[in-house]
Amino acid sequence: MKQADFPILNQTINGQRMIYLDNAATSQKPKQVIDAMTHYYQVDNANVHRGIYDLSERATAAYEASRDKVQAFIHAKYRKEIVFTRGTTESINWLASTYGVAHVTADDDIVISYMEHHSNIVPWQQLAQKTGAKLKYVNLNSDGTLDMSDLAQKITDQTKIVSIAHASNVLGVVNPIQEIANIAHQHGAIMIADGAQSAPHMVVDVQALGVDFFAFSGHKMMGPTGIGVLYGRLSLLEQMTPAQFGGEMIERVSLTGATFKPVPWRFEAGTPNIAGAIGLGAAIDYLTAYGMTQIENDERQLVAYALPKLLAISGLTVYGPQDSAYHTGVIAFNLAGIHAHDLATALDQEGIEVRAGHHCAQPLMTKLNLSATARISVYSYNTMTEIDRLISVLEQIKEYFSHEFA
Amino acid sequence: MSLHNLDNLYRQSVMAYAKHPRHYRPVATTDCNQATKYNPTCGDTITISVELSGDLITDIHFYGDGCAISKASASMMTDLVIGKDKAEIQQLMDNFLKMTMGEQVDTDTLGEAQLLAGVTKFPTRIKCATLPWHTLQALLFSKEEAK
Repeated sequence: MKQADFPILNQTINGQRMIYLDNAATSQKPKQVIDAMTHYYQVDNANVHRGIYDLSERATAAYEASRDKVQAFIHAKYRKEIVFTRGTTESINWLASTYGVAHVTADDDIVISYMEHHSNIVPWQQLAQKTGAKLKYVNLNSDGTLDMSDLAQKITDQTKIVSIAHASNVLGVVNPIQEIANIAHQHGAIMIADGAQSAPHMVVDVQALGVDFFAFSGHKMMGPTGIGVLYGRLSLLEQMTPAQFGGEMIERVSLTGATFKPVPWRFEAGTPNIAGAIGLGAAIDYLTAYGMTQIENDERQLVAYALPKLLAISGLTVYGPQDSAYHTGVIAFNLAGIHAHDLATALDQEGIEVRAGHHCAQPLMTKLNLSATARISVYSYNTMTEIDRLISVLEQIKEYFSHEFA
Repeated sequence: MSLHNLDNLYRQSVMAYAKHPRHYRPVATTDCNQATKYNPTCGDTITISVELSGDLITDIHFYGDGCAISKASASMMTDLVIGKDKAEIQQLMDNFLKMTMGEQVDTDTLGEAQLLAGVTKFPTRIKCATLPWHTLQALLFSKEEAK
């Protein structure tokens, strides 16, 4: 992928050419996305679904065209199955507070795993507290993969909801969502996949995965912040009550009540994030033109290059699978004797931007008996030259902290 | 090489404190004057326990998990506050917090802790240096909150 498409990548940090390796937190945006949003504000800006004038019609067409792009991108059966949200967090919160409240009782279970991001834990904790339902965590194997035999035991006929990350934001593993969905469905539960870390990096086919709901964020896939998607199987969306009420989502309002628009608009109360949806559409155009399979290949090669080099640094521990064939472009690690925050500060001095901390996955960190790790996460625009520089700077940092203060 | 910018932050003595922290041992659940603080953005956690004689700190120790800066800062702070009363500690606390914000203060009173002044050049790390002080503040001056 051409770095030249990403204006932000062409800058120095602390006197060094910036190397951006925090793509699991947020990705950078190609100028095609930035231009599409600028064009919207300069040429097409109007409110959607209400103006009886040309400009509003154009804005509405652009907003709805993005829905079509999302539908094609995740291979949904119907365009109505695509609901725009603020991001993955909002998507999952809506599910917990509407579908969850309507279907979960004190006798039921909700099943998640130890590797979930807080956004796929806390909404379910809240639902469990509200309803008295039991929240169960599926165990992990020693290599960080999901323990499927534990999963098969935890999901029972009492389970109403199974919600699992498609790809981990710490361990670099991809979970077998299709297999999990089959097990969930055998027990009459619905299957939710948190796609925040998968949708940006791999081909997603929600029908092949067999999921009932799929949530993801625009900003991690080269789109803007503040826009995301909740995909839902049409029959389920049609039973679901909206999480929010107001303009845009109603049909008729009287003094005592209201009727709502059909799916998906009934879920999109208020003026939506029109520019965000258009930016997401442009991001999908960009990703699709380059090819999601090509992105998968690029990142597989980057990992195959980076992981052995990282593991060859003595004192460096990588969490999750050690074999690059089973590791995504998210690599969490620690360097013995150097706290992850000190490591991240040192990398930043060399213009290398990485995350350090608990990665919004505290139950996982507790399970791994860790308080913090450093984490690199690549996107297709990263290069092997950047990996070389990362490795050489890591060696220098190791030297700095061991020699300077011996 | 840019790594040498780190010298402003990781001075020899700072690293010595981080590697061999002073007054560093587990805090027992039975210790009566204790407070724990946690930095939710990075995961650093620190527990401080003090022995008081009236307003005077006669002993202090801490335990927790954090980066070199937070450990060194806690270590230096514990050295500094033993034998001081609450009013003196309040003054030190004000000085230290101001120093980390880049304000002019009388840093001599801060002893070794003044070596952390370099943190002003690393804004994302200021919270690491101040976490132990905020914990002590909660322990001495707002006990209800600390619990």
